[in-house]
Amino acid sequence: MSHDTPHDALPTGMKRWLYTTNHKDIGTMYLVFALIMLLTGGAMILAVRAELFQPGLQLMQPDLFNQLITLHGLVMVFGAAMPAATGLANWMLPMMLGAPDMALPRLNNWSFWILPPAALLLVTPFILGLAGVGTGAVDTGWTMYAPLSIQTGWGMDFAIFSVHMLGASSILASINVIVTILNMRAPGMTLMKMPMFAWGFLMTATLLIIIMPVLAGGVTMVLMDRHFGTHFFNAAGGGDPVLWEHIFWFMGHPEVYVLLLPIAGAIPHVLSAFARKPIYGYKAQVYSLWAITFLSVVVWAHHMFTSGMSVGGQLYFMYSTMLISLPLAVLFFCWIATLWRGAMSFEAPMLFALGFVTLFGWGGLTGLVLADAAADAQYHNAYFLVAHFHYALYPTTVMGVMAAVYFWLPKWTGHMYNERLAKVHFWVAFVGMNLTFLPQFFVGLAGMPRRIPDYALQFAEFNMLSSVGSLILGVSHLIFIYVVIQCVRGGAKAESRAWEGANGLEWTLSSPPPYHSFDVQPVVR
Amino acid sequence: MSETQAHYYVPHHSHYSALLSAGVFLLALGFILRLNGMPPGVWSMLTGFGVMLFVLFRWFGMVISESVGDLYHRWEDRSFRWGMAWFIFSEVMFFAAFFGALYYLRVIAAPELASFDPAYTPYPNFTGAWPSSGPKGDPFTPMAAWGIPAINTLILLSSGVTVTWAHWGLLKGRRAQLVAGLAMTVALGLLFLGLQAYEYHEAYTELGLTLKAGAYGATFFMLTGFHGFHVTLGTIMLIVILLRSMKGHFSAENHFGFEAVAWYWHFVDVVWLLLFVFVYWL
Repeated sequence: MSHDTPHDALPTGMKRWLYTTNHKDIGTMYLVFALIMLLTGGAMILAVRAELFQPGLQLMQPDLFNQLITLHGLVMVFGAAMPAATGLANWMLPMMLGAPDMALPRLNNWSFWILPPAALLLVTPFILGLAGVGTGAVDTGWTMYAPLSIQTGWGMDFAIFSVHMLGASSILASINVIVTILNMRAPGMTLMKMPMFAWGFLMTATLLIIIMPVLAGGVTMVLMDRHFGTHFFNAAGGGDPVLWEHIFWFMGHPEVYVLLLPIAGAIPHVLSAFARKPIYGYKAQVYSLWAITFLSVVVWAHHMFTSGMSVGGQLYFMYSTMLISLPLAVLFFCWIATLWRGAMSFEAPMLFALGFVTLFGWGGLTGLVLADAAADAQYHNAYFLVAHFHYALYPTTVMGVMAAVYFWLPKWTGHMYNERLAKVHFWVAFVGMNLTFLPQFFVGLAGMPRRIPDYALQFAEFNMLSSVGSLILGVSHLIFIYVVIQCVRGGAKAESRAWEGANGLEWTLSSPPPYHSFDVQPVVR
Repeated sequence: MSETQAHYYVPHHSHYSALLSAGVFLLALGFILRLNGMPPGVWSMLTGFGVMLFVLFRWFGMVISESVGDLYHRWEDRSFRWGMAWFIFSEVMFFAAFFGALYYLRVIAAPELASFDPAYTPYPNFTGAWPSSGPKGDPFTPMAAWGIPAINTLILLSSGVTVTWAHWGLLKGRRAQLVAGLAMTVALGLLFLGLQAYEYHEAYTELGLTLKAGAYGATFFMLTGFHGFHVTLGTIMLIVILLRSMKGHFSAENHFGFEAVAWYWHFVDVVWLLLFVFVYWL
């Protein structure tokens, strides 16, 4: 059905990667870039956790601390989490939909190649700052709240243009994904026969096209306020700093679902394969994804309960936020029902998928606590919030991606990975993750504020535990890298259908798949 | 999806994206340096801009030659249409950010700032009336709607008519009508830009209406400025399409390039109508 020989005169070496329009090469580049950013953002936060190991200032001054937590947030969200998901989409969508490639291959290449310069722009002032040049990187927290972002040093300017470029990259990648899904499906594959992963990413891409241009407009206003004398966020000129909060969270809240939905699409495939049962409640899951997508753009101001909103506004944003737990509960029900009475086996992808389902559940439930406007006044900006969103984001963007990567790694490389080491990776990550973030719920409830390099003595033990946990978590990724390198270099040959319970068009292709996934489209009944 | 077409055109490799990204990087870096008191940043900006122009010229040239070389058929055409439609939607959301800011500052922030207890606010005399440059802003005269802005509305609406007339000519195979319609559209676009430039000049020299004129000045210039920038891009795109029409690149069946630009032009038109109502008139 497809020929294995690449086109003649294909560039080799560095040029192959710079010029490639192939969805698999680009997917690989996205994933490698995401991994590099994960390690970068991880190293930054390990330095922060080292500082927080004991009370008092041990290793760094507060300005460096502020830069590190800010860069950690931006690097992880825009550099690691989103590109990792886009990498999965690039690799899998054409194979799952029965297409030769993504719909707009050159655009695909460009949307990747905007990322490295954008990341470079973000960290350049940090490196220069360490060398004593300039005022260091952006140090406002990843939310870049005005008026701090108007007054802070030149790192903010670098961040503004970096955000512009990262935003352009994800808009272009999203357009590509949507066009691929709408136009490149195999004949007979109606939208409601599409793999769940495609649905998840279709919703993610839609959200990104809605929110990223708004953030681009917002940071442009910050730039104008900083350098061109406008008063968007300055009350003296009739502006309002709260305007920035609205703009930012209009992007920032749906962003959480941007990170969740690709994983919510991928996990059912993994659960179904290792429970050896079909996906339960396909339609219910699709409709839930729609509901989440819609609700996610109308609830943003629950991040701003303490900004002086009217009571009516607080009530609306509180109830609409809580409403999201309904479609999410449907998803959880379907995930668990997929496992129900299945012939389960617990290979690494399954472990990570189950880790995602359980731990993300905790993140979701603690979110309900914060969604309560009255309770939020107490917990906002405390470590409870930090623990909540790391329980929401780590299980999704790392464990979920790991589940997907281990699931499809045999397909990508043609080799089975080292199962024993992969399981070790899971358990080290699982223990490290909980040890890092579980204590933070308690110090948060006890009143420890976030984003402060020093803390009161009574929080010392739990912070020590948290720092040890973060080191364990960091080590777990080194195991992952070792497993992947080992798998790329060799190992037992993978079958076309690498897992006996796996279903879908991608498993009809050889492992590794041919250069152009489906040169001639298969027909789906 | 491909009932009639077995193979989708997948380009082998793309030389330009990495270079384009390098250009964008140099432009951004130079601008940042320039903004932070380092004049040599301008050289980085110019280099980056030059690289971007070069790449865009070559990249679009490549796409045009592939189109003329009959590499694109209905299946690819559908991808391009979806892609352009979603790109325009992203632009809609970009403008939505600035319209949202205008709404927020005018309807929520200004009345709230005026509603504080006079004994506890630094701005006891602020009334919150719109147009406003805020409690500490410089006085200015807002732009009147029924002068140049109304004429500009007529110009853009007429240009929407002329580009549609050109499209009819294309569909009926009348190239003279196509070219004439496009030429008129380009002329109307340029006329709009000229009047807009005159209006800006008047705002800065006569009315005291500048970027620094508080909430009104900021939203006025950002909204009309980004719109004007889009009109500029749209006019350049129309000129390219005009030249391609004269060369006979388009047929009644195959003219995605023309339609994409027409869609973009209508989008710019609609944004202007909203601008006219919410920025100038109300």
